[in-house]
Amino acid sequence: MSEIAAALERPTSAEGVLEVVTRAGAAGGSLEVVGGGTKRGIGAVQGAAGVLSLDRLNKVIDYAPEELVLTAQPGVTLAALEKLVAAEGQMLPFEPPHLTGLLGSKGEATLGGALAANLSGPRRVRAGAARDHLLGFEAVTGRGELMKAGGKVVKNVTGYDLSKLMAGSWGTLAVFTEVTIKVLPAARTEVTMLWFGLDDRRAGEAMTQAMRSVAEVSGAAHLPSRTAARAPLSGEMSVTAFRIEGFAASVVARVDSLTNALAGFGRADQLDAVHSRAFWNQIGEVAAFHGDPRPLWRISVPPACGWQVGEAVRGEGLYDWAGGLVWLLADNGGDVRPAIRALGGHATLYRGEDAGFEPLSGAHAALSARVKAAFDPAGVLNPGRMT
Amino acid sequence: MRMPAPDTDLMARKDEIVRALRRLVPGEGVIGDIDGLTPFESDGLSAYRQRPLAVVLPETTEQVRAVLAWCQANGVKVVPRGAGTSLSGGALPLQDGIVLGMAKFNRILEVDYDNRCAVVQPGVTNLAITQAVQDDGFYYAPDPSSQIACTIGGNVAENSGGVHCLKYGLTTNNVLGCEVVLMSGEVVRLGGKGFDAAGYDLLGVVTGSEGLLGVVTEVTVRLLTRPETARAMLLGFASVEAAGGCVGDIIAAGVIPAGLEMMDRPAIHAAEAFVGAGYPMDAEALLIVELDGPEAECGELIEQVTEIAQARGATTLRVSGSEAERLGFWAGRKAAFPAVGRISPDYFCMDGTIPRRQLPHVLTEITALGVRHGLGVANVFHAGDGNLHPLILYDADQPGQLERAEAFGADILRLCVAVGGVLTGEHGVGVEKRDLMGEMFTETDLACQQRVKCAFDPDLLLNPGKVFPRLHRCAELGRVHVHRGRVAFPELPRF
Repeated sequence: MSEIAAALERPTSAEGVLEVVTRAGAAGGSLEVVGGGTKRGIGAVQGAAGVLSLDRLNKVIDYAPEELVLTAQPGVTLAALEKLVAAEGQMLPFEPPHLTGLLGSKGEATLGGALAANLSGPRRVRAGAARDHLLGFEAVTGRGELMKAGGKVVKNVTGYDLSKLMAGSWGTLAVFTEVTIKVLPAARTEVTMLWFGLDDRRAGEAMTQAMRSVAEVSGAAHLPSRTAARAPLSGEMSVTAFRIEGFAASVVARVDSLTNALAGFGRADQLDAVHSRAFWNQIGEVAAFHGDPRPLWRISVPPACGWQVGEAVRGEGLYDWAGGLVWLLADNGGDVRPAIRALGGHATLYRGEDAGFEPLSGAHAALSARVKAAFDPAGVLNPGRMT
Repeated sequence: MRMPAPDTDLMARKDEIVRALRRLVPGEGVIGDIDGLTPFESDGLSAYRQRPLAVVLPETTEQVRAVLAWCQANGVKVVPRGAGTSLSGGALPLQDGIVLGMAKFNRILEVDYDNRCAVVQPGVTNLAITQAVQDDGFYYAPDPSSQIACTIGGNVAENSGGVHCLKYGLTTNNVLGCEVVLMSGEVVRLGGKGFDAAGYDLLGVVTGSEGLLGVVTEVTVRLLTRPETARAMLLGFASVEAAGGCVGDIIAAGVIPAGLEMMDRPAIHAAEAFVGAGYPMDAEALLIVELDGPEAECGELIEQVTEIAQARGATTLRVSGSEAERLGFWAGRKAAFPAVGRISPDYFCMDGTIPRRQLPHVLTEITALGVRHGLGVANVFHAGDGNLHPLILYDADQPGQLERAEAFGADILRLCVAVGGVLTGEHGVGVEKRDLMGEMFTETDLACQQRVKCAFDPDLLLNPGKVFPRLHRCAELGRVHVHRGRVAFPELPRF
């Protein structure tokens, strides 16, 4: 981050963050808030006078595996955290993608960044999103107040659930100084079942039927033939994939369940645990679209109509979350949002000209603006983002 | 427990208010007479009663919109109500406010198995959702004990839990979307059938906001496929420590049971006397462990849990061999509250959450506090997620016992916070724990929450007197400079 060193602040404590935000607010200035700085291009901050980096707030404060709770500073890297919980046989259930390869960014994705962006991986369909695992936090609001909300236990309804509000607010309301998340035991084993050659519509039907079955799949993705042909898969036809995780006997039983549920879709192949882990990492990181300069959309729609995205918008798609999440490399630079809204979804431009968020309208937009003002009335934090 | 001083000028206008509301909700939809109002004067926290100014029972979103807009224009306070089963006084009426009862919103609008969700009106009961889809192999996961009566709208307001939260989450983890009417009468749709929505997660904030932010008029819930099998284990232990150790070992082994409940000796005895569930009367602590999934998975996990329980010296170890037996294991636990109601004229149900490792210490302290306050207590415990329900036994007819029970309850919740826990795991703050919010939150923390309230309801007309120990006028709040957690106007009255 040497190119922005002149205005870079790297506090090492919550009080330090408070001081930076307070000083910026008093001067009528504004701050771009970054963790590892890996997602800065999305809804890029405009005209911030300084950069507040949380990379030095990178300690794990408390980790009690038997309580299923972990408290850490926001700048701890996802890589370090994944290693830490894996050593205890646990996992981050929401499987946050790092997206550094997709976004071509330098540096390391952080826990605070994943939570601020509400990033969840393929296991979203089974285990919930980042927002479902943020139990509590401490943060500095745009008003320059050090505050906390939520708690450090897995079940809590005391006061408003501001953790939900913070997850996915992209640093526009308050700056995390500490977060507490729920962790879970990691699956003992996993396999992935693959069906080849289904067109998008048939793949959509297969994913819907799989999710309706008792197989409890923890990943459901579809790569159309053009996408599957790209590296790293370099396949010859489309791939529709389902992950089954758990105890060994359970995995065996649920593979049978899924085989029966999808009998009408032909024979399936299987990936063992090692290849399964690699495959779902590639899905979560959208590896197929790394290095392609075309506009990249992240599209969220009701899962059963995911396959229709490919008909509504010209481009190459990768379907995750049983169709509920579509990554789309658009053939041209137009706005896909009206077509996606017609499907009951919304779209974020992750890469391309004016990369940014779905605009809101009417009473919803006005309410959201009042919520922003409640935390950051002067627009000190991440000006221009999410607007 | 004090509520804000009522506006006597407004109360004097009751007849005019009732007439105006009848123009908005015709027919039987507005209740103004004393006999008609009496059933609404309390909720599940029956220690507190207050007759409202009037009750309005709308049938359409348009009527809700019109009533709220009229009330905002006329400065009339509104207390939303589902089935009135809140255990924290969330639906306790105000003397100078109306109750907005959502019971007539009782239709399931759409079941969408392909997207694994259902769109329902807020007055549909929690259990009715599951009943509507169970023949097709689906269910709605959160199952508060009151599920036969409580409504999904109330569940959203309170972010209700149940015995299966550890594995399947609370309401907030199982709701995809809502239609919400703001106090201004504006209607906003938050979320939908997708996995996420554009903008801030306002759905997540409305869920659990205890009726202070908006009135929910439609809910989209996630449906899950019913597990192939569910089997329960009944484990008795000679000490709370051994039972607590067993819970920790189960989770450390990587097993997340669908349900993991604990009862202490007084709760075991009360439940056994009430329903005859076959609980071991010699045990100091009882665990119910429910495992679900494919038969093969249940079998494997039952073996694992059996080994763990034996290593912890379980004195009773039974595994359900049939669905009837599984339900029998649960019968005592599900009836624990009414069972305690039989051995004591009145009881308060507390709802703190603690880090599980603190359980033996907290139960010992609760026993000591009971002795100090001169009141008995029985404990049921969602052991898997650390959510403790001490049931304080008292007799409201005995002078001073209600106050002692309140003081005992407050001491228990302070204890929960002191060991790193929270005031409420699933019942909500309401009026019951309102004045204890300062135990957990600084003035700054509360100011941040209240500014969210102001963003939704700037005139503070929706369910005032709940959740916040001190309600600042919004304009005032914008100016209040909170320094190091101390508010600038400490002389403002508390209510």
